[in-house]
Amino acid sequence: MNTAIEQANPQNWYLLLSTVLFSIGVMGVLMRRNALIILMCVELMLNSVNLLLVSFSAYAGNTDGQVFVFFIMVVAAAEVAVGLALLVSIYRNIGTTDIDVLSKLKW
Amino acid sequence: MLAEIFNLRKLIVPILVIGLAVIFGLNLNDWNSNQAFFNNMLRVDNFSVAFSGLAIFVTLLVFILSTDFYANEQAHISDYMSILTFILVGALMMFSFANLTMLFLGIETLSIALYIMAGSKRFDVRSNEAGFKYFLLGSFASAFLLFGIALIFGATGTFDLNKIADYTLQNQGNISPLFYTGMVMMVFAMLFKVSAAPFHFWAPDVYEGAPSLVTAYMSTLVKIAAFAAFYKLMSATFFYTFDKAELILNVAAILTLAVGNLMALAQTNFKRLLAYSGISHAGYMMLLILSAKDQTAGALFYYSLAYALSTLAAFAIAIPIFKAAKSEEIDSFNGLAKKNPLAAAAMSMAMLGLAGIPPFAGFLGKYYIFTEALHSDYFKTTLVAIFASMIGVYYYFKVIIAMYGKPENEVKMENSINYQLVLWVCLGLSLFFGLYPAPILNIF
Repeated sequence: MNTAIEQANPQNWYLLLSTVLFSIGVMGVLMRRNALIILMCVELMLNSVNLLLVSFSAYAGNTDGQVFVFFIMVVAAAEVAVGLALLVSIYRNIGTTDIDVLSKLKW
Repeated sequence: MLAEIFNLRKLIVPILVIGLAVIFGLNLNDWNSNQAFFNNMLRVDNFSVAFSGLAIFVTLLVFILSTDFYANEQAHISDYMSILTFILVGALMMFSFANLTMLFLGIETLSIALYIMAGSKRFDVRSNEAGFKYFLLGSFASAFLLFGIALIFGATGTFDLNKIADYTLQNQGNISPLFYTGMVMMVFAMLFKVSAAPFHFWAPDVYEGAPSLVTAYMSTLVKIAAFAAFYKLMSATFFYTFDKAELILNVAAILTLAVGNLMALAQTNFKRLLAYSGISHAGYMMLLILSAKDQTAGALFYYSLAYALSTLAAFAIAIPIFKAAKSEEIDSFNGLAKKNPLAAAAMSMAMLGLAGIPPFAGFLGKYYIFTEALHSDYFKTTLVAIFASMIGVYYYFKVIIAMYGKPENEVKMENSINYQLVLWVCLGLSLFFGLYPAPILNIF
């Protein structure tokens, strides 16, 4: 597998793809107003990092990066669990998931 | 949580306090040992021992405060305590990491626990909002940190801090652009975590919305942990590539000082005031990150200690007052000097400590920061910092004026032994280290 990747020299393509995915995630977090979609965009950012780490790891021929991916997956799962729990308690209190309504705290 | 099974809820806090005291002792026992653990994932050196000691001490004081703070919520006390302990675990990992994996895991352990604590008043919309805002922005910043780590891994092929530093030393002149991009993204993420401008917007909202005890914890332990990790990154890992990040750090330091101090002038809410004061203190500590190449860990430790002691003392008075007044505005301090002269005097001392007026530790802390920054030739930034600290005195005096100059209000504060204990320990230590700074300053 290692040689196949090196032959095609697609390292830059992987880098490009994950940068594009990451940017889509950033754009989504900054522009969308629905809390659930923002959560999904954060996940997209984390997964683009996973892709990048796996490709770098295959390219460099060591497994450190792939092990790191497992850590990221675990942390992402924990983060989503906490985020959804907070979202549920917000929904119970104010009845919407639109983050523009969350503006009690200002200046 | 084990204690809950045996119906020992009342004992949880005392057990935790004793446990922390034991850990504090064991930690000090590691002084000068300099060992690596888990295949060089964690490295215990004097830097990490000193900061861990400070973190454990702060947690100890916060736990002592928590018995009264959570007096009406005994049903959930074990949850709160265990999550607060997780925050400490994350912080300890951030002090002793020797591998970017550990840095990431430490930051996440600390942050995820903190998202929960910030939103832990479930039926209060403001607390929900604080928790969720912190969660969204925090995970956004973590994603940047991760992307930076991935790029650095791509350039160097390792997560080990020393090996990364070796790579930058050996390849000076032809370091891959991936490395610089990764470094800058990591710096941005760390600037977010230490609430430096222009990434500070979460701090006032989260500090105001979170329960007061969590705010106290956040503004002391979490800020210290983030700064220690940031310092370690800049002084060790990015030592040879520091000049590429210098401009960003310099601009961020000046912006932080300006924003923190100017915005604090307009605040009427005490927790929000302390949040902006925290941002401005982050600005002073940024000066030490800027001069991190000259090994300024001693001054960073001294300043963290001084800041933590004064902030905790302020919260130890503010929390019972907020509870009595059911409001967190500065107005709830009105006329405190007549009803409770001792508390008012203590609050004034805490505020003077934060403002950096001798003989408190805050003054010498600032003094050492300015000399270190001048020593590293950041003349303009130091000038801004000196002006900023002059503005700073004004808004700390707003609280003192409210206590001594305004007519009395109805608020009756209860005097609990725990609050008193924390208060006088903090003020006493602040005064002691202010008069006798040498042992802390020359610790490394």
